[in-house]
Amino acid sequence: MVRMEIKDVNLWYGSFHALKDINMDIYKNKVTAFIGPSGCGKSTLIRCLNRMNDLIDGVKTTGEILLDGKNIYDKDVDVVKLRKDVGMVFQKPNPFPISIYDNITYGPKLHGVKDKGKLKEIVESNLKGAALWNEVKDILDQNAMSISGGQQQRVCIARCLAIEPEVILFDEPCSALDPISTGKIEDLIIKLKKDYTIVIVTHNMQQAARISDYTGYFYLGNLMEFNKTKKIFTNPDNPQTENYITGKFG
Amino acid sequence: MDRHTKDKLMKGILWASAILTIAVLLIIIGFIVVKGSPAISWEFLTTKPLRSGRLGGIYPAIIGTIYLAGMAVIVATPIGVGGALFLTEFTREGKITKAIRFGADTLNGIPSIIFGLFGFSFLVFYLGLGISILSGGLTLAFMILPTIFRASEEAIRAVPIWDKEGSYALGASKLQTIWKVVMPQSVSGIVTGIILGLGRAAGETAPIIFTAAILNPVLPKSIMQPTMALPAHLYTLTSEGISMENAFGTALVLIVMVLIFNFAVSIIRKKKSIRR
Amino acid sequence: MSRRLNEDVIKSLLLVCAFFSMIIIFLIIIFLFKEGLEAFTYTNVFDFLTGTEWVPKNNIYGAAPFIISSLFVTAGAIIIAVPIGILTAIFMAEIAPSSVREIVKPAIELLAGIPSVIYGLFGLIIIVKYIRITLDIPSGETILAGSVILAIMILPTIISISEDAIRQVPRAYKEGSCALGATHWESIRRIIVPSASSGIMASIILGVGRAIGETMAVVLVVGNVEKIPTSFFDAGEPLTSTILLEMGEAAVGSAHYHSIFALGIFLFVIVMILNIASNFWLGRGVRHG
Ligand SMILES: Nc1ncnc2c1ncn2[C@@H]1O[C@H](COP(=O)(O)OP(=O)(O)O)[C@@H](O)[C@H]1O
Ligand SMILES: [Mg+2]
Repeated sequence: MVRMEIKDVNLWYGSFHALKDINMDIYKNKVTAFIGPSGCGKSTLIRCLNRMNDLIDGVKTTGEILLDGKNIYDKDVDVVKLRKDVGMVFQKPNPFPISIYDNITYGPKLHGVKDKGKLKEIVESNLKGAALWNEVKDILDQNAMSISGGQQQRVCIARCLAIEPEVILFDEPCSALDPISTGKIEDLIIKLKKDYTIVIVTHNMQQAARISDYTGYFYLGNLMEFNKTKKIFTNPDNPQTENYITGKFG
Repeated sequence: MDRHTKDKLMKGILWASAILTIAVLLIIIGFIVVKGSPAISWEFLTTKPLRSGRLGGIYPAIIGTIYLAGMAVIVATPIGVGGALFLTEFTREGKITKAIRFGADTLNGIPSIIFGLFGFSFLVFYLGLGISILSGGLTLAFMILPTIFRASEEAIRAVPIWDKEGSYALGASKLQTIWKVVMPQSVSGIVTGIILGLGRAAGETAPIIFTAAILNPVLPKSIMQPTMALPAHLYTLTSEGISMENAFGTALVLIVMVLIFNFAVSIIRKKKSIRR
Repeated sequence: MSRRLNEDVIKSLLLVCAFFSMIIIFLIIIFLFKEGLEAFTYTNVFDFLTGTEWVPKNNIYGAAPFIISSLFVTAGAIIIAVPIGILTAIFMAEIAPSSVREIVKPAIELLAGIPSVIYGLFGLIIIVKYIRITLDIPSGETILAGSVILAIMILPTIISISEDAIRQVPRAYKEGSCALGATHWESIRRIIVPSASSGIMASIILGVGRAIGETMAVVLVVGNVEKIPTSFFDAGEPLTSTILLEMGEAAVGSAHYHSIFALGIFLFVIVMILNIASNFWLGRGVRHG
């Protein structure tokens, strides 16, 4: 089932044309990976899906992105609500410089949860959801900047889960992490797929092959190929895709 | 309140506070311009005040301010630039540089009235320089030293390392490199600092009153003599209620000086950022 | 050989230049204390600081009215300037389109460049008059007038240092907050400003230092009455005003002269402490943990 549809999306940073006529579907309860050489527009596109690019001056976007049939770029769309439905985890772990507990409750509090007991519950269930509970349950009031990078990234995932999104966007979530933390986060993503629709940007081919169901290959702002991951990695339609995946270029 | 309404409301308040800040500036400048321009004439700028400034012009005060601010800059520039050179070229980041910067910041934070007291007891009295352009100019020089020092440091630091290395690679000595490579590239930043210092020196009042200024409208013949000065004259006219019209005229002259200095600084900065 | 020697000579010359600020500070301390400490041979420190009367012709030197006036004027200035200053700083760092910023930034620098005596003139003619008329009091020369003028004068300090601090907050914090569905204002209020709080604190402390040491603007508008003020609508005479007004009449070496320098010591020490405190807060940088 299609959750999000990207239709004829073009994006310019000032006069620089960063995305060119992108069309693709994001399927429900699947992991969709964006791959391609650095600078090809993967982050730019994923940031369109929750309108993070609105924060950058001079960005112009055309085309439509439908979430459950509704164009998220429509005038009457509440961006705050959109970002609550489409959560995001960034490349570099970016917990706030406050306690782990407050990091997790930040979103729920904004969205109106006040009850202490409820907040406590949210913290516990989402840290469990992010496979971090056992490691931090005794240090919840410690500053989130003081734990390891892999743990920080899982705090960010937990805090994202806490706003109860339906779609989660991961922009190279493991690129700043060591292999063990990377493994933990990959396992987590596969587990999360049951309840969420997931989009992940990665420059790591094996990672895309391991965890994704669909893969889009981007090059210089164009979507060169979009297909089932298995197909892309075994028998791509576009010879360029094959070259990239087999490491002949990129 | 709805979160979006609150967001809009707060942004409105942020805009309003910025507009308020600008409005205050415009009101002050506009007010001085409107009230001051009737007093301005060629005569006002070129003749001596009469009857303590009730009549006549402000010529000796203009001249005095030029002397004082000029002297301050002439003294403070070599020291400030020299200190900045030492900091950037002759020592490594560490305790010493921290101490030097702390010194400059601290000096910068000392109230001008304290400089006045110091100038009076040390220069006027202890060194026996008397109430004079020299005492006033030196006091002002101490005050503006941090401004020139900091601007110079920033300018010198901005010179790319590869330019210096290129010079050393050609066998130039450190001094040659500083003279031929570092100074030419940082001169506009240093000039910015000098102009800022000039502006500050021209407008300072309290230190001048204790060390250099007199009410007597005579032109100084040497730096050992006292002088009139614009800010001090303005203070006297205002505090004693001698002539508000002439006070505003004097204020206008002073503010035009400041505007010109600021304008010059922004032009230099713009030119530099274009060249980069 | 001679090249080396030459370089060493120049280096020591430049070293002196670099430490010139320090040297001046030491000289200031020496001369301030040399002249000022003498005052405490006539009046003990405690009486000097707490005495409520200052009558030079009877050799009575109690600085309390001046100290309290200074505190009053400064407190008022901070109450006015801090909210406006911080809001403007947030505006500059977070809201202003770059075209607007390019106009506002130099305007704020200009505000900092206007000589204080001109602020005094403006305050006397506009603010004092406005206060007298709107509050319907006999004289507008009040602590309040001094506070308003000082607030305007310290705005640039608060704005520019706070703006720098806010700008230093990593963009990732803001993005993280927005991605969780916070509005821009919520991100500012809950994440950005708290992360910049040390720098904002430094700007406020520096503002206090500026305000307490300012002379010319204040002396023209506060009325200069040697009485302890009890409200913002009273006249007062801050430390700086007393020093300015009485230096001219005090004979060099007299008790009066030394007492004025003693006021200077007090002012100097306070401003010094504030500067060091501000430096400390600045040094803490953006909050990371
Ligand atoms: N804020 C921006 N302003 C201007 N150009 C940008 C900005 N962000 C990215 N770009 C440009 O857009 C292109 C795509 O960037 P990005 O989406 O970050 O690539 P990727 O994530 O695939 O490495 C790059 O050429 C990059 O330089
Ligand atoms: Mg990227």
